[in-house]
Amino acid sequence: MGLLQPLKGDTGGQIMLAVLAVIAILVPILNLLVPEGSPLHVSTFTVTLLGKYLTYALLAVAVDLVWGYLGILSLGHGAFFALGGYAMGMYLMRQIGDRGVYGDPVLPDFMVFLDWQQLPWFWQGFDQFWYAALMILLVPGLLAFVFGWLAFRSRVTGVYLSIITQALTYALMLAFFRNEMGFGGNNGLTDFKELLGFDLQSDGTRIGLFIASVLALALGYWACRWIVTSKLGRVAVAVRDAESRVRFIGYRVDRVKLAIWTFSAALAGMAGALYVPQVGIINPGEFSPLNSIELVFWVAIGGRATLYGAVIGAVLVNYGKTVFTGAFPEAWLFVLGGLFVLVTVFLPTGIAGLLKTLKRRRAEPKTIQEASA
Amino acid sequence: MPVGFPFLRFLVRSIKIMSRFGVGGSGRKWVRMLGLLLLLITATSSTATPKAEPATVLAAAFNEQVSRLTDRSFKVKEAAAQAIAETGDARAIPLLKALLAGDLYYRKDDDRIVYVAPAGSRGWTLTDALSGEALGEVGRRDVRKITVNNRMRSALRTSIAALTLASPDPALRLRAAREMIGSDDPLVINAVRTQLAVEDDKPVADALALVVAIADLKQPEAESRLAAIEVLHGNLYPQARNALNALLESEQNSRVLAATKAALDAIDRKRQLNSSIETLFFGLSLGSVLVLAAIGLAITFGVMGVINMAHGELIMIGAYTTYLVQQAMPGLTDWSLLVAVPAAFLVSGAFGVAIERTVIRFLYGRPLETLLATFGISLILQQLVRTTISAQNVVVQNPSWMSGSLQLNPGLALTYNRLYILIFGLIVFALLLLVLKRTALGLQVRAVSQNRAMARAMGVRSARVDALTFGLGAGIAGIAGVALSQLTNVGPNMGQAYIIDSFMVVVFGGVGNLWGTLIAGMTLGVANKLMEPWAGAVLAKIMVLVFIILFIQKRPRGLFPQRGRAAAD
Repeated sequence: MGLLQPLKGDTGGQIMLAVLAVIAILVPILNLLVPEGSPLHVSTFTVTLLGKYLTYALLAVAVDLVWGYLGILSLGHGAFFALGGYAMGMYLMRQIGDRGVYGDPVLPDFMVFLDWQQLPWFWQGFDQFWYAALMILLVPGLLAFVFGWLAFRSRVTGVYLSIITQALTYALMLAFFRNEMGFGGNNGLTDFKELLGFDLQSDGTRIGLFIASVLALALGYWACRWIVTSKLGRVAVAVRDAESRVRFIGYRVDRVKLAIWTFSAALAGMAGALYVPQVGIINPGEFSPLNSIELVFWVAIGGRATLYGAVIGAVLVNYGKTVFTGAFPEAWLFVLGGLFVLVTVFLPTGIAGLLKTLKRRRAEPKTIQEASA
Repeated sequence: MPVGFPFLRFLVRSIKIMSRFGVGGSGRKWVRMLGLLLLLITATSSTATPKAEPATVLAAAFNEQVSRLTDRSFKVKEAAAQAIAETGDARAIPLLKALLAGDLYYRKDDDRIVYVAPAGSRGWTLTDALSGEALGEVGRRDVRKITVNNRMRSALRTSIAALTLASPDPALRLRAAREMIGSDDPLVINAVRTQLAVEDDKPVADALALVVAIADLKQPEAESRLAAIEVLHGNLYPQARNALNALLESEQNSRVLAATKAALDAIDRKRQLNSSIETLFFGLSLGSVLVLAAIGLAITFGVMGVINMAHGELIMIGAYTTYLVQQAMPGLTDWSLLVAVPAAFLVSGAFGVAIERTVIRFLYGRPLETLLATFGISLILQQLVRTTISAQNVVVQNPSWMSGSLQLNPGLALTYNRLYILIFGLIVFALLLLVLKRTALGLQVRAVSQNRAMARAMGVRSARVDALTFGLGAGIAGIAGVALSQLTNVGPNMGQAYIIDSFMVVVFGGVGNLWGTLIAGMTLGVANKLMEPWAGAVLAKIMVLVFIILFIQKRPRGLFPQRGRAAAD
């Protein structure tokens, strides 16, 4: 079974994918077939919330791929996520057609409001789903390719690279805030009506998006596993641990980095594209450098260089955020900030590392007993 | 003269002295310089000297003449007004102005001359014109207006103009002359001509000549107009430009027309120069803010290799310290900033030492992880301020010596707050440089940053040095917060606005190089302001960011890279 080869030896990943498969079957059943009064019923709101967590998880996997296996701490992955989201948002805007407030058949509402006469060139083609889907992968990928090509070739590494990725997302945020850019400025893109002809508000579409998110996460996870278990992945780990040495041996370090970096950005764009129809809005706030730092933290708390740890981290932190911001909005930043500090100081390997340690500890006494016996 | 001016002079002088020490001074001279700074702080107390009142020698004659205004004959009143003007009494100008405006009355019972102001529906509030004493409210029928005729009105206007221009205080004369610029009242112009003949103060004479020249542009003889244009050549008062533009429309004589064009060109050239200077000033001002915000980061990041994402929040804490100091010293706003600077240094510095001791010391050698941990700290600090003080922005007052502006020429004024912050930034930079280059602590900091193991072998307590360095960087951030509290809103999120810019400055300048930080900050500030007029503020900022991203590709270690073994990691 060549397809399962990448998952060999990855117990955490196998468990994670199994859980994913279970909820992919269970959640739609509990939502659609169990009546609303029943305690087992899963509300559509919860389905959408879970779907959102899963897109975050996919984003976290993309970050873990470059941070955990390549040693690049990207503080700008939120930018790729948001670009994918904007590409999807543009498709959804074009789908509104003449049902907008101003009823213009072609122009989205905000363009009518700004008194624009025709669609800007970069909005052309977004009425076709296949084109939008292409752009969702292509735009973040291309940006990452150009950025990476410049940065890796001139050997910008470590802290410097982190800071310029942060500058990248910051610059994009400022740019997207401008009305003149043609992406809705401050308000972003919203008021979406339908996706591929399905009403975005209906339960069926929500379930469909949820399942799409599950599939995307599973597929993305598998692809990342495939990369890290391949020869390319082993070279990447070597680059992470001793870049100069790998270069001296004769590998083209910049190409290794560029390939994985670009793939990771496209993956982030895909996560963003699934995120937007579920939350119903995309605005420049998604480019905020704070978002990008936060998502790096999901990976840190889950456990670097494990991939499944990133999924655990993203889901846990966001679940915590939902609970805390609802119950104690004052306390959330204290909790998040405190976790940031505690995890980096006391738990550098994250939850995944903790699980491994516990497992090893459970195994150890046995060997001691055996030895004494 | 604005109250703040002496303060500025002190600052400038102390900078000069400082730079002398910085270049040629040896050993511990910076201690003396600190003394100078203290002197500078105390010097501000002497800035609020009361203005001297003009002598009131002829007060008796003045009072007598004023009483004659109740006479019914216009002839008597005119003579009295003339005489009042001639006394030169300080009360004469407001009195004559009120008379001209028809606000001067006398009380029917005792013929006291009064100013009136409407009170309620049908009453007047009276103020004694001679003593300034409030006389309460009366009915409208209890006072009678002192009427004037046309002849008297023109005489009054002349007297008022002449009287103001004849004031013994050149500053008052200058203000009067400036008020008259653009006037075409022949009586006023005549008074100005008279004063111009005897004026010995250069700025006043220039202003008076300008008044006359603008009026002379309407003279029938071409020669007089040419002479007037000559005076207006390159003059920066907007009225001069307007008058010349108007002349351009109406003038028939070709020689005069050519001269007018030349004069206007000269004005436009000067205005261009002014606007360049202004842009440069704004750029340097923005640059000084960037330098202030980044310089603390340059220490922790450059010297220690620690990425402190909480740096912005340490700036915020400095700004909040300013706010709390002001709350603790009500009514002493002018002084509070001088207290706030050391207070902010200590408070932010204490936070910095605490952060270093509790978190960062566990993370040395893992720069990317200090980034995450300090980011967590920044979230905690933000929420701490929101919970303990307020989630809203707080109002930090500007002391009086920070408001107003320094008028360099009629078309160019530099605001004091930006000017002081620019100078303040340079002082902080110089002090920091001195601390790092001339003190035992600075020596140890440099030793540890260059080779930790060797420094420890030489007996440097590296843990203590780390804590103090981080505290120093944090303290500087606090000081930056004091300066920023005077320019921007103070709120829990203010730190985030500066953190990315600060990193850009440090990275652009070259990590571990304070001079690089200064030059980078100033360059980015000026570049930003240069692009702003044609690109807009946001686009200018975006372009600066993109420029830095590209620049880092070209020179991955900034403008002034660190050399030697330390740079190799």
